[in-house]
Amino acid sequence: MQLFPCPFCGPREESEFHYGGEAGNLRPDGTDVTAERWAGYLHMRDNPKGPTREIWMHLTCGEFFAMSRDSVSHKVSGSSALGETEHGA
Amino acid sequence: MSASRLASGGSDIDRARPLTFSFDGRRVEGFAGDTIASALLASGQAVVCRSFKYHRPRGIWGSGVEEPNALVDIEGAGGRVPNARATTVPASDGIVVKSVNASPTALADRNAMLDRFARFLPAAFYYKTFMWPDWHLFEPRIRAMAGLGIVDHDWKPREAADQINHHCDVLVVGAGPAGLAAAAGAAAAGHSVVLVDDWTHPGGSLRHRAGKVDGMEGTAWAEATVARLKSDGQIVLMETTAFGLYDHNLVALNQRHRDSRPDTLWRVRPRRIVLATGAIERPVPLANNDLPGILSADAALAYLRRHGVLVGRQIVVATNNDSAYEPASALAAAGTSVTVVDCRRDAGAQAKAGIRILPGRTIAAARGRNAVQGVLLDDGTALAADCVLVSGGWTPTVHLFSQAKGKLAWSDQLAAFVPGESVEGIGVAGAAAGTVSLSETLASGAAALGPFGSSSTPAPRSTGAEATLGVVSLWPKPKAKGRVWIDYQSDVTAKDVELAARENFVSVEHLKRYTTLGMATDQGKTSNLNGLALLADVTGRAIAEVGTTTYRPPFTPVPFACLAGARRGSMHPPVRRLPLEANHRAAGGVFQEYGGWLRPAYYGGGEAGAAIREEARRARQSVALFDGSTLGKIEVIGPRAPEFVDFIYYNTMSTLKPGYCRYGFMLSENGVVFDDGVLVRLDEHRFIVSCSSSHVAAVHARLEEWRQDRFGRDAVYIHNATAQYATLTVSGPNARGLVEALDLGAALDEASLPHMAVAAGRFAGDEVRITRVSFTGDRSYEISVRADRAEALWMRMQQEGRAFDAVLLGLESLMILRAEKGYIVIGRDTDGNTMPHDLGVAGPRTKRTGEFVGRRSLFTEAANGANRNQLVGLAVREGEAPLATGAHGVEKSGGRLRSIGFVTSSYRSPTLGRPVALALIERGAARHGETIDVQHLGVVRQATIVAPCAFDPEGKRLHA
Repeated sequence: MQLFPCPFCGPREESEFHYGGEAGNLRPDGTDVTAERWAGYLHMRDNPKGPTREIWMHLTCGEFFAMSRDSVSHKVSGSSALGETEHGA
Repeated sequence: MSASRLASGGSDIDRARPLTFSFDGRRVEGFAGDTIASALLASGQAVVCRSFKYHRPRGIWGSGVEEPNALVDIEGAGGRVPNARATTVPASDGIVVKSVNASPTALADRNAMLDRFARFLPAAFYYKTFMWPDWHLFEPRIRAMAGLGIVDHDWKPREAADQINHHCDVLVVGAGPAGLAAAAGAAAAGHSVVLVDDWTHPGGSLRHRAGKVDGMEGTAWAEATVARLKSDGQIVLMETTAFGLYDHNLVALNQRHRDSRPDTLWRVRPRRIVLATGAIERPVPLANNDLPGILSADAALAYLRRHGVLVGRQIVVATNNDSAYEPASALAAAGTSVTVVDCRRDAGAQAKAGIRILPGRTIAAARGRNAVQGVLLDDGTALAADCVLVSGGWTPTVHLFSQAKGKLAWSDQLAAFVPGESVEGIGVAGAAAGTVSLSETLASGAAALGPFGSSSTPAPRSTGAEATLGVVSLWPKPKAKGRVWIDYQSDVTAKDVELAARENFVSVEHLKRYTTLGMATDQGKTSNLNGLALLADVTGRAIAEVGTTTYRPPFTPVPFACLAGARRGSMHPPVRRLPLEANHRAAGGVFQEYGGWLRPAYYGGGEAGAAIREEARRARQSVALFDGSTLGKIEVIGPRAPEFVDFIYYNTMSTLKPGYCRYGFMLSENGVVFDDGVLVRLDEHRFIVSCSSSHVAAVHARLEEWRQDRFGRDAVYIHNATAQYATLTVSGPNARGLVEALDLGAALDEASLPHMAVAAGRFAGDEVRITRVSFTGDRSYEISVRADRAEALWMRMQQEGRAFDAVLLGLESLMILRAEKGYIVIGRDTDGNTMPHDLGVAGPRTKRTGEFVGRRSLFTEAANGANRNQLVGLAVREGEAPLATGAHGVEKSGGRLRSIGFVTSSYRSPTLGRPVALALIERGAARHGETIDVQHLGVVRQATIVAPCAFDPEGKRLHA
């Protein structure tokens, strides 16, 4: 059971969190976005082995935040609240 | 084997407290402090169970968690426990113990003849043999013949197991010399300590191996150390197994109790973990090495010193290392005849009084049927024996270290894998780290604390004799004569390992799965290293190169009751309950779970179908009352709230006037309809999202995500008020009359409160919200009131309703009413491909210019496809039964049947007197009037595609 640092509540057990996808997956707006670009936004994931940046939601407080984590060692190196419009990029 | 109890001795037993229990119907006597195994040994019981596959007679091999053979089913105060290790379960008065895989008893097992066919039953025999015509024909009989203990399917824990979360500075696993040194050091440094050990008493090897610490006898020192820890307020848990080490150093403990309480689960988060888990003695490869009467040498010493049990009279010891000499000497001193067969040529130097040593020799085979009667040496010499002790070296118990993803390193000197690079926050100490002498062991315990150690208090020192190991390798050899058991519990022999290698299962993980080596309940604690050493030999590799299989939790089996704790029965998962549940029950409500909510399905004790249809029929006659409190009520407030709801919804919502509501869809980013519902606009910057009952948490999370990620925390505020309000609905031709009678103080005339408008009222001093939205197709009023004041309003509604012949609607009759109208339920009448234009709502897609969730996906090739499944109604011929929900529309295409969609909702409408159905059918919107084939369970019927709305298509009743 990993401990995730919610920027608002501090370290809590992973079962309180919901995965929100890879950070930096910016949403392209508009209908003229190419099909490839849109499919990339919807479906294409890097699924990196090693250091990752992910969006998580702390279910108990409802806040979304970006977290840096290692997908191999499960070591968490930090977390930060989402900015105004960035997607944790 | 002629094991017996000595007249005196045994540090763990209390001879003043005798006890009796039954084993396979026989009475067994023992003392408090005995394990089931020590009591069985003391009573001379050599055969205690039958093996998994061949039904071979098996006896006790070890003295702790490593035990591969002695599995028993135990019936005691806490119920029946299958596959318990007789070596770890304390004996207690009156328990009923039964051997596993034996019928009627372990000694007289009627399937014992299976062993005679053993050479026809190699590894994977079943897979290879019972392929034709179908494995499932053979499986039941094979399963009945093979196996271990029997689960009691009716067993239920009397109470929920306790589950404890705990934080401490240092957790020490193992209360042997290394663990005690660590715990004492951490406590001296001022840290909070939890010390756990799976045995009943602290001390580990000090309880049966010679050793002095700081001038005290080992056992006395151990007990004094624990007493000091306890008086310091530290937590010491005996009979507790650390069975799993998880991410971020979470350690799970299984604590057993002597009374009938279920085991306690501890989840401990220490800042530092010290693993002082010891080591497990390995068997020595020799033919027939699974005969009862062949034991681990260390176990024999433990039985002698802890329980006063002598394991035999005429003992042969087979070894490759020094550790076997202490048991040999102790047993000789207890009056037995002892011969040590030592594979090392220089073993003569070990000479001790009373024991005979045969250096440079090995045992080729053991003889005997139900118990060992003698051995045959490699030079052909035969020795008589009633007991053979084996000591093939020591395997450090690295399970928890490996679970923490610690890498192992091969040590030639120890002939074993030991912990390699250290893992952050974890220290490994004592025999688990490969130490041999007591000095090293104690020092390693203190050192394993790392920064949590004490600089001022010196570590305990060994002041007595020191152990040596001097191990040489003695691995199973290929092409050995006879059957050499590698994994006792899974019945895997050396020949099976060779066969697997021959068939190219040369990865250790493949070997494991092909032969089941190490897959039994003991997880190969005694067998793994011998197995992979043999595999290394056969495939010409080094042992380090072959590597080990992955260690996974749990270290020992853990009862599900312990893991489940309170999460069982109605607590798994807990349902959400309506504020008016008691009122509905009093009115005869029959409850069911819908999307996590417990709601009345229908009212009255009669037959369900008839009761439901009657509710639906009466609802169209006069007026119906319905509890819709589960409907989502998520408030969206703030300066950018209008912009926000436009982005969230498929439909334009910002054009909605305050005081009105609008029905709309929410889409996923892939364009699929995610939820539907009504949005209420209370004022310029305040909306209420009314979403599907089972979808509230998901919709709320989605709103929060877009709020935080796109709009900003101070631009929109979201509050989920679902549970704060009860929503009570009045629906039907006489709905207005009833609501007027409630006297809510709001104007209800058509101009003041038209369909899809909202008004404020008061009831008993509380503000209520009256919304004219309808899920029945009849004029409806949804009245939202503080949940804690809802009862009075509900009672009043029923009271006033009498004059109108009002009926209570359960959820099932509501489903009929909405299906008559063609109103959809998301996830039931839609699937993971359904887009809004498939439901006939294409306007926003073509007209909207602003951005909204899922927009781009509505313009992909798939979204524009001509053959999309679209929502339709299906009508059947007069007098026919309703279509089956889930039935497929089919058509012939190239000689084969092809699905063209399926029935999503289907009911008999009591109002229309005929079935109604909704379906998703390919190109359905353009095929109204067409008759299609509908197939269900091989029966084909005809149905005509019609508009989804079967009742009051003009919608007059909404305003009636």
